[in-house]
Amino acid sequence: MSVPQPEQPRVVELREVTKVYGAGVRALRGVDLLVERGELVAIAGPSGSGKSTLLHLIGTLDRPTTGTVRIAGHDVAGLSDRELSALRARHLGFVFQQFHLAPGASALDNVADGLLYTGTPLRARRERAAAALERVGLGHRLGHRPSQLSGGEQQRVAVARAVAGDPPLLLADEPTGNLDSAAGAEVLNVLRDLYAAGTTIVVITHDPEIAEWCPRQVRVRDGRVVADAGAGAGRRPPGPNPKTASGPAAPPGFENVPGAETAGAAKGAPR
Amino acid sequence: MTGQRLTPARLGPSDVLRTGAAGLRTRPARVVLSALGIAIGIATMIAVLGISSSSREQLLRQLDRLGTNLLTVAPGQTMFGEQAKLPVEALGMVRRIGPVRTASATGTVGTTIRRTDRIPKAVTGGIAVQAATADLLTTLEGRVVTGAWLNAATETRPAVVLGAKAAQRLGITRTGVQVWMGERWFTVVGVLGAMPLAPEIERSALVGFPAAEKYLGFDGHPTTIYERSAEESVEAVRAVLPRTVNPENPEEVTVSRPSDALAARAAAASAFTNLLLGLGAVALLVGGVGVANTMVISVLERRKEIGLRRSLGATRGQVRLQFLAESLLLSALGGVAGAVLGGLATAGYALSRGWPPVVPPWAFAGAVGATLVIGTLAGLYPAMRAARLSPTVALATT
Repeated sequence: MSVPQPEQPRVVELREVTKVYGAGVRALRGVDLLVERGELVAIAGPSGSGKSTLLHLIGTLDRPTTGTVRIAGHDVAGLSDRELSALRARHLGFVFQQFHLAPGASALDNVADGLLYTGTPLRARRERAAAALERVGLGHRLGHRPSQLSGGEQQRVAVARAVAGDPPLLLADEPTGNLDSAAGAEVLNVLRDLYAAGTTIVVITHDPEIAEWCPRQVRVRDGRVVADAGAGAGRRPPGPNPKTASGPAAPPGFENVPGAETAGAAKGAPR
Repeated sequence: MTGQRLTPARLGPSDVLRTGAAGLRTRPARVVLSALGIAIGIATMIAVLGISSSSREQLLRQLDRLGTNLLTVAPGQTMFGEQAKLPVEALGMVRRIGPVRTASATGTVGTTIRRTDRIPKAVTGGIAVQAATADLLTTLEGRVVTGAWLNAATETRPAVVLGAKAAQRLGITRTGVQVWMGERWFTVVGVLGAMPLAPEIERSALVGFPAAEKYLGFDGHPTTIYERSAEESVEAVRAVLPRTVNPENPEEVTVSRPSDALAARAAAASAFTNLLLGLGAVALLVGGVGVANTMVISVLERRKEIGLRRSLGATRGQVRLQFLAESLLLSALGGVAGAVLGGLATAGYALSRGWPPVVPPWAFAGAVGATLVIGTLAGLYPAMRAARLSPTVALATT
C-alpha cells in the first residue's frame, strides 16, 4: 500500500534505486532523486547513461530491482499492476520522442483519448482536449489529422494529450529529438508556459542546450547521478530558449557533443 | 492515510467499442478480407438452412392446397402370396360409405401405348394404360391442360387422355393425334396437368371403362380406388374401407394416404443438408483462424500503441478488452455480411424455383451465436499477448 508522507508529498522520490537487467546489465547503480512540485528538471546524460531506465522507473512503467520509488506519495513497490495503471492515468503525463499519435484520428480525438482511462465521460474528454489544445496554441487545428500537421504541431498535440488531465507530473522523453530547431523551439515554449502555470516537468534529454535551458539539471552517467543542483532548484525561471536564441543558422546541437553521442544523434535523425 | 486509493477507472461499453473499432478503421482492406472468411461460412450455413426450409415450406403449402383427405385403395396379396384383385363392385360399395364425398377408380389394362404400330411392343416408355371412371378428375382435383377429360361419349370410344408425363414421353402436346394401343388406333382427346398426390396418373394413358372393356380386353376389376371424404372422418373411413371393398377377404386390401408420402418428404431433413452445413462450419472455422491471424499481426504491429495506452493508464485488462472487442467487431462484421448474403442467396434460389423464401429465425440466432463464439476464441490469444506486453518494451524506439 502507498504510505504518503504527512506533509505535501514530493512528486518524485527515488531512494537508492538500482536496476539490473537480465544478464547483469546494471543500468542504475544507486540513484537518489527528489523532485518537488512546480520544478522543471532536466535529466541529462549520454546514451547508455541510464536516463531511459530512470524515465521508465519515474513513469512507473517498470519497477526497480532494489530501492524505493515514490510517485506522488505512492510507493510503487506496494502497488499492483492495476493500481500502477490508475497512478499513470491520474498523476502522470508522457511525451515521447516519437509522438505516438493515432494516424486516423483528429488532433482533438488524439488528445481526448489521453483521458480515456481516467473515467472521464466522452463529452467532458472532448471539452478538456479542446482546452488543452488551446493551451499549446493549436486551438485552430482541432479537426486536423496528424498527417496534416507539422512535426512541431504533432509534438504539441502529444504535449496537449499529456497535460489534458492536469497531471501533477509531466515526463518528456527527448521531446525535441525528432524535430528541427524551429519546431523544437515551439515545443520548448509550450513546456515553459506549462511550467510557468505550475506543472511539474521532467525532461529527459541528451541535448546539453536543452539541459542548460532547464533551471535544474540532473546529470546522469554510468547509472549514477553525477551532478544535481538539489530538490527545489528547478523552481527558478528557465533560461532563454536555446532553439531560438542560437539563431537560424546554428546546428541543432548534436554535433558539439563529445564522442558518446553518435548513437544519440542517430536516434534523433529522421527515419 | 492521506493518499486516496488507486483504482483504475472502468471503461463504459461505448468506450470499449470505440477503442475496438479504432484499430479496424485504419486498416479497412485487411478488415474486409478477414471478415470475408467469416462471411462465407455464415452465408453458406444460412443459405443451406434457408434453401432446405424453403423447399419444406413449399411442400407443406402444396400439401395444404392438395388436402390430406384423399385415400387410395389397392389390392394387396392373397394369403398364398399372389396378387389379389379388387371385386368389380368395389367402387359402388365405397361410394355408399356415408362420409365419402367422391370416389373413382382406375384399372390396369394389360396393354401398351405407342406412337405408331411400327414401334416395337417392348418400348412402353414406362407408360401404363389404365381404364378410368369418368369422375376420376373430380376426385383427384386434377386439371386438363389441353383438350378435354373423358365424358359419357368418349369413354365408350377409342379415345385416350394422357397424363402429363405420359404426354411428354410420347411427345404429344395437342389433341387429335392417333396413338397405337393394343391392336388399334386411339385418338388423344386430352392431356392432364401435374398430379402431386397421384404421380401414377401422370404416367398413365387413360381410357374409359367401357372402351377398355370393348377394345382392350379389360376385365373390369379396378386396381386403384381413389376416395375423398370429409377431413374429420378420414380415419373412420379408412377403418371401414377394407371390409367395404372386399367383405370376404378384407386383409387383401391395402389402404394408403398419398399425402403422407409428401408429409414424410417434408419432414425428412436430408443427409445432404447436414453435409452442406458441415461444409459451412468448416468455412466458418477457417474464417475464425483468419481473424485470429489478423489479430495476432495487429498486436505485433501495434506494440507502440499498446505501450502508449499503458502509459496513459490502461490496465492489462483494458488492453485485453480492447483487442477482444476488436476481434468480436471483426467477426460480427463478417457475421452480418454473411447473414445478408445467405438471406439473399436463399431468396434468389427459392424465387427461381418458385418456392416461398424462408429462413428459420433460429438460423440467424445461431449465426449470431457462432459469430460471437468465433470472435471470442479468435481474439482470446492475441488479446492475452497484447495484455502481457511490457509497457517499456512497447515504447522502445527501435
